[in-house]
Parts: sequence; C-alpha cells; structure tokens
Amino acid sequence: MDGGRIVNLPGAIGGATMPVLASDAAILGIETSCDETAAAVVAGGQQVLSSVVSSQVDLHARYGGVVPEVAGRAHTERLVPVMSQALVESALEDSDIAAVAATAGPGLVGALLVGVSAAKALALVWDVPFVAVNHLEAHLHAAFLDEPSLELPVVVILVSGGHTMLVLMEDRLRYRVLGATLDDAAGEAFDKVARYMGLGYPGGPVIDRLSGQGDPDAIAFPRAMLHDGWNFSFAGLKTAVINHLRRHPDATTEDVAASFQEAVADVLVAKARRAAASHNARGLCLAGGVAANSRLREMTLDACTADGLAGYLPSRAMCTDNAAMVAAAAWWRLQADGPSPLTVGADPSLGLPET
Amino acid sequence: MLILGIESATGRVGCAVGGHEGVRASVQATRERRHAELLAPQIQAACAHADISLRDLGGVAVDIGPGLYTGLRVGVTTAITMAHALRVPMVAVASLDLVAFPLRHTGRTIAVMIDARRGEVFHARYGCLPGGVQRLTEPEVGVPDHVVSQMLASEDETLVVGDGAVRYASLFEGLRGVELADPGFAHPSAESLVLLAHALAMREEFVRPDEIEPLYLRRPDARAKWTGDGS
Repeated sequence: MDGGRIVNLPGAIGGATMPVLASDAAILGIETSCDETAAAVVAGGQQVLSSVVSSQVDLHARYGGVVPEVAGRAHTERLVPVMSQALVESALEDSDIAAVAATAGPGLVGALLVGVSAAKALALVWDVPFVAVNHLEAHLHAAFLDEPSLELPVVVILVSGGHTMLVLMEDRLRYRVLGATLDDAAGEAFDKVARYMGLGYPGGPVIDRLSGQGDPDAIAFPRAMLHDGWNFSFAGLKTAVINHLRRHPDATTEDVAASFQEAVADVLVAKARRAAASHNARGLCLAGGVAANSRLREMTLDACTADGLAGYLPSRAMCTDNAAMVAAAAWWRLQADGPSPLTVGADPSLGLPET
Repeated sequence: MLILGIESATGRVGCAVGGHEGVRASVQATRERRHAELLAPQIQAACAHADISLRDLGGVAVDIGPGLYTGLRVGVTTAITMAHALRVPMVAVASLDLVAFPLRHTGRTIAVMIDARRGEVFHARYGCLPGGVQRLTEPEVGVPDHVVSQMLASEDETLVVGDGAVRYASLFEGLRGVELADPGFAHPSAESLVLLAHALAMREEFVRPDEIEPLYLRRPDARAKWTGDGS
C-alpha cells in the first residue's frame, strides 16, 4: 500500500497547495478518553484493518466507578503495547500510516493527555499530520464502519456512561444536537442503580442480563419529560428506583432491573422516534456504550419497523469506546479541516461542533 | 551519541538535545497545566535549533519523576512513544537527581524538595562527588516538617533546593547551616537530563521503552465519589 501519504494538489490559488488525502489513506487512531486504552488502523475512513481495545474495567470495578488517576496510570503503561499490536495486526509498515489521530475530548483530562501526547510523538517521528478528534463525533462515525451504506439523515441516540444526547446527523460532518440529558447520563443511571442494588460495576451488562428474567411492567417507574421537548432527565428515575427498593426491601431484583431498564429505553426511543418524524430522518441509529443494551436495541428496531425507518445498530465493539471510530472520524476531519496544530491540548468538556 | 531529553515532572516542561559536546539546544517553559500543548512544539524547535532530525537520535532520555502526575505522564508518554517508534534505547533519570545535579559544586549536603501538593513534598538528600552528586537517601514523599527534622538531626551544612523548598521556605528559615538555593534552580531541567543521560548512555545503562515506569511514590487517590444514598 503506497497511497497513504498526503499528496499536494498543484495549481491551487496563489501558488499555495492544498493537501488532500489519498482515498485509501491509512490513519492510526488512538482513544484514551476514559477507561479503555485503544488503537486502530482504518483505511480510507472506512476499512478497519485492526482495532485493539484494552479494557481497564477490572481495575476500576473495586472502586465502583472509573478512578481518574488509576485510568491515567494504566493508559501510560498500556498504550505503547496496544499501538504496536494495532500496527502489527493491520499488516502495514510505519511508513504506510498517513496520519495519527487521538481523542482530545471530552473525557478525563489526565486520560486524554496520554493519547494526545502519544499521537503527537508519532506524528513527529513519522512526519505525518496529527488530528485531534472529538470523542462524540467519533461515536457518530462508528455506525458507518459496520454499515457503509447508512443513509442520512438519521437520528442518533448517543448514550454512554458520560453522555446522553439525541443528534440529527445530516451529513458526515454536519449534525445538530437536538437534546441532551439535564442531569445523569443514561449509563450513569445504570451504574448508580446497580451499585445501590449491590450488583457491582459496571451496571449496564448486569442489569441487562437480570432484566431478561424480570417483568418490565412490574413497576411503573417515571418517564421524565416523555412528551416534552428533546432533553432527558434520569436523576428522578434513579431516585424512584432507590425509593422503591427502600419501601419494598423484598422486591424481586429481576423485576426492578427490568422495569428500570424499560423506563430508560422507553424515553430514549420515544423521543428519537418523534425527532425522526419531525425532521424527516430516514432512520434511527444507536451509538455509545449503552447502545449495547439488548432492550434498547430491540425497542429501536421495533420502532423502526413500525415507522418505516431504517434501524442502524452497530456491533457491541463499535458501540463501546474504540479507536477505529476515532481513525474514521479523523479521515473526514483531515479532509475538511486539515491537520490539527501540535499546540492542541485536551479539552475535558469539549462539545459536539455544530454546523 | 545524540540524545533527546524530555522533562515534565513539575510546573516546568521542556526538552533538550545534546551529546558528547554537551547540550546543543534546549527549550523550556514554566507554565502549569500546559505541558501537552507545549511539549511537541518544543521538540520541533529544539531539533530545528540543533539542526538535527529525530532520526539522528541514538537515544531518548526522560525524567520519570516523582512529580505532578498528569504533567509527568505527558513527558513519559511522549518519550516512550518516540523511543519505540525510532527503535532507540532510553535512559531514565529521577526528577530529584536532576534538581540536585546543577548544585554539584557546592560541597554541602543538598536537600531536594519537589512540591507534591496536598501539603507534602517529594524529597531526597544528596552528597557532592567529583563531577556529580550521590543520593544519601532514596526518593520519598512526606510532609516538609520531616525534611526539616532530618536537617536538624544532621550536622551537615545543607543547601535546600526545589519548588517544594521555595514553597515551604519559612519552615527552615533561620536554621543554622541551612540555606535556600536560588529559585532559578528550583525545577528539574532538560539540560541536566541530557548531560546525565549521556553519561549513563556511555556506560550503556539503558532501559527499553516498555521498562520505563514513572516514580509515583503514592497510591492513586481512589475514593468513590458516590456514596449510594441516592444523592
């Protein structure tokens, strides 16, 4: 593969040259925004040549949540081996890599800085562009890696431990945040409810599993702001679950889990459906770690069938944090905006760039 | 052998390039919480000033701390990634050694204190040798009062240095035989790193990038933030 390098288009105005990427340019992506150390090589923003994820979930489980300093130390220790493995698995040489990208925010600042520093170091050594990637934008690109034929516009339900938002994606780099959570993220609600129920960390997978044996209609938990705008609120639901457990200490764990999960999925899908109708979207798309939840996936598909929409449910590996989505988003950003300056730092509260 | 030294353990961040003839170029800045923004452009500038390419390097040296964790990891990650990509060996030097080294001609005992925040300092004591310094105690973290009692217990004439020494200067003001070094020596420097690393490299005291471990000296602060009471 020799198409990886930036080439200069001659003849641009005033003798300046405009860099464009070869269509099959390979980008090394790095993701260290939270508790996954990940690296991936993606060609042409589409073809995943390798994707390596080293999860720190075991390190954080005993604390019941992600501890920033533990995450920072683990990223520093693991990133070089993870990057090496991604390169080896891609079967490319160092000299085939056209650019190096890293998530620069949002996320934990001490964790983000590890990936950003490593990406800049590689960009300097290999003399290729560095691209700072927005983690939320990367999540929006994840579905395309599984579904190259995804038809826009779609309404994306972006749900993770740190974020819950409804995004109208009109083009690869053109989107609008329709609404977001006003308090807890959906994944945070799963973690907090699981912790209160003594189910351990992370809460999503265990609540999903227990819900399979429970009655989702056993308890009518509140659906906050169900018919009201595009924003979400999950703090009240979390409190309602805790109050229910206090009043009914003998409540069946499976029923509580299933009823809680049903309330979360219900609100997310109902709003996404309404948003799709009012913005003439062609489909619904899931993104983020909570998108691995089986009830949310089932409800999304049912809604799409009922409303004649396409349903895009990325694989679990593409929903959770990974670096392939970072490399894919970087390919589009590099074409549109060119390289990021090496003076870019990490921005823990970076928002989605809206157009 | 040309060595790139990367140093980011305290509020200062910088790098230097040098070899047997000494330091060829160095770029440093003392701006807290800006390490990641500054370091890569500094490396570009130092290489340009030294008129070398990264490919000319025979090794990468790094300050492995102790120091402020987030900034420290910017330098350590940059250094190990570069050494790995360049396929060159590394030299690891502790921040406290780097602060003591420029004072090697004092003849007195050197007490280094680097600010560890939370009312503590990273500290070690050094004696002077021809051409260098030697650790009398190993790097530790503790309250500055502990370092003061070490000085009181010792009969040695002592020069106290480091950003921790500057911060807690009032604790040892007026102690007999104790003097605070000029604040210009308060931070570890990338220039000292290159000089020390070159000497270590000549003795082939290299480590592989995957063997580099920052000197944290403290366990991570891991208190759960949510108490489970629904608040």
